[in-house]
Amino acid sequence: MTMHLLSGDRPRSVVLTVLLLAILAALALAPFLFPGVRSLETAARICIFIVLVASYDLLLGYTGIVSFAHTMFFGIGAYGVALGLTHMGSTPGAMLAGTLLGALAAAVLALAIGLFSLRVRAIFFAMITLAVASAVAVLVSQFSALTGGEDGLNYKIPRALTPAFRLGEVAGLKITGKVLNYYLVFFVSLALFLLLLRVVNSPFGRVLEAIRENEFRAEAIGYKVVWYRTIATCLSAAVAALAGSLFAIWLRYVGPDTTLSFEIMLDILLMVVIGGMGTMYGAVIGATIFVLAQNYLQALMGVAADATASLPLLPQLFDPDRWLLWLGLLFVLSVYFFPTGIVGRLRAGR
Amino acid sequence: MAAAPEHRPTFAALSLGDRLARAAPFVLIPALVVLGYATIGSTSSWLTLTVSGLAMGMMIFIMASGLTLVFGLMDVINFGHGAFISVGAFVGVSVLIALGGWTGTPSLMLNIAAVLLAALAATTVTGALGWGFERVIVRPVYGAHLKQILVTVGGLIVIEQLIHVIWGPDEIFLTRPETLKGAITFAGAAMEKYRLLAVAVGLVLFVAMRLILTRTKIGLIVRAGVQNGEMVEALGYRLRLVFIGVFVAGSALAGLGGVMWGLYQEVITAGMGEEMMILVFIVVIIGGLGSVEGAFIGALLVGLLQNYVAFLEPKLALVSNIGLMTAILMWRPQGMLPVVKAK
Repeated sequence: MTMHLLSGDRPRSVVLTVLLLAILAALALAPFLFPGVRSLETAARICIFIVLVASYDLLLGYTGIVSFAHTMFFGIGAYGVALGLTHMGSTPGAMLAGTLLGALAAAVLALAIGLFSLRVRAIFFAMITLAVASAVAVLVSQFSALTGGEDGLNYKIPRALTPAFRLGEVAGLKITGKVLNYYLVFFVSLALFLLLLRVVNSPFGRVLEAIRENEFRAEAIGYKVVWYRTIATCLSAAVAALAGSLFAIWLRYVGPDTTLSFEIMLDILLMVVIGGMGTMYGAVIGATIFVLAQNYLQALMGVAADATASLPLLPQLFDPDRWLLWLGLLFVLSVYFFPTGIVGRLRAGR
Repeated sequence: MAAAPEHRPTFAALSLGDRLARAAPFVLIPALVVLGYATIGSTSSWLTLTVSGLAMGMMIFIMASGLTLVFGLMDVINFGHGAFISVGAFVGVSVLIALGGWTGTPSLMLNIAAVLLAALAATTVTGALGWGFERVIVRPVYGAHLKQILVTVGGLIVIEQLIHVIWGPDEIFLTRPETLKGAITFAGAAMEKYRLLAVAVGLVLFVAMRLILTRTKIGLIVRAGVQNGEMVEALGYRLRLVFIGVFVAGSALAGLGGVMWGLYQEVITAGMGEEMMILVFIVVIIGGLGSVEGAFIGALLVGLLQNYVAFLEPKLALVSNIGLMTAILMWRPQGMLPVVKAK
């Protein structure tokens, strides 16, 4: 049964299995284990980023395509829900419609970009996605009548998902709409992750890996490389949009900074690389470690900046605003020295 | 022994259609300028817009030329190129601010000297930075596009953040030197002096680059290397050294472009390189990766179109570049002047 759910793709390392089970258990029981608004916020963020990073891994790790438009698709999903809930009233139907339309829009846009750029050279894709994503980000902040511009949109979600909605108590925890909302996020994320696992372990996924390893040979065997790449792009865009929808439902707010910024793109890249490209489980490990570090490491940097305040240059280097500097360094170093990421290391050291 | 197969080579002149197809990209710029005149109507605004479009295009070309050559020569795609633009702008502007006494007086000689010194400082620093970047960031990942993209993006972020550390997190405003302020009126059209200067510098650089590439031995090696690197190496040239030279020169040009862009906008931010990179990529793609002439035409097209569209329909200007790229790629999927690889 378990093997079936995992599509026959075992973690293949004892340590990794333990880690994954621990993360699964912690996330599944998060409202009970870690009461408090901030920790629940962190747990939901981890769930959503696991899906987002896993969908990016389908592109980067399995197909060998670099895209810089993944946050754009994430944002399209988020804005889909936001616009649906703003204009159609805060009903579950509007939420669902926004979600589906967002995913569809993301897939269609991915198809268009893919047909344009993947046809010629995969390397075009990286540049074109960067250009398109920045154009979309500018458009979103310019057309403020529709998107709320830089301020973003606040909206109401169905009442059953808000803290005001009370259901009773289980094991000493008040079950509010917030908890229901968390479980919505958790189970949809779990389902999407398992779906992606299914995709990469299907014959389709094998073809993607073949293309990554040797495009020419894959084409020679008779697979239409362009189509496989384009379909992978669309699929990954749609899943990213669904993750974006979850994020929008959870946060009850969308804005360019939280969904479209290049910084998030960088975060995703880092999570994939740290976790391990082309492993799917890497997404789980990478996202968990990264989100935890993001929440607690910036505070640590503030402490370091204060401690070194009397020295020259160091306080500026440790300024919490310079968080990206250290991320960038970490990123370069991990691409050089840990190209297979944590999961690759764990599997090799078995 | 079998007889050699029948073989009668014939020499035929290119048909008119083939010649037109070859010349088509070169005709695009005059065509766009004429089209702009037809839609704008007023001669004076058209002239102003054309000059600023050309100025913008020239500056983008200066930034893009290094990137396209680096790709053509070594198949290296450098996403960190934008960092050189930012660093060049910050170094150059720091020099200009330090020479405030020279730029503040309306003396042409002192102003030009200050700008030249700023440009020299910027190109020296970015050239050196490019050399380091090549050694530390790019060299370990030759031949692996995926890693190249990832690592150079990482390098871009690190350099951008270091700018924040050194120059502080805020943007820096500056004013142009006295003699470069203001505009010249010609045929009723106001043309900013600085833009005319930018056009002149861009043209000179383009012509110089063409001359170096087509008339000198090193240019010959570079062009041959773009077409077939293995063959050039087999003939005994150390293409690696040539490549480092091109990388450094390209980085220095990006730094120069950064100073010029900073003087054009009169404000610089650490993120400006990243923003410019998007235009640079569009230019390099529509020109054909590896082609200097293509990048030149592409840059001018982007500059002109953006200025015309911003005048006619301001909201559309944001997407005009993407539209241009889409149209050109539909017409020629490899870019306007694709580099013919002999591999």
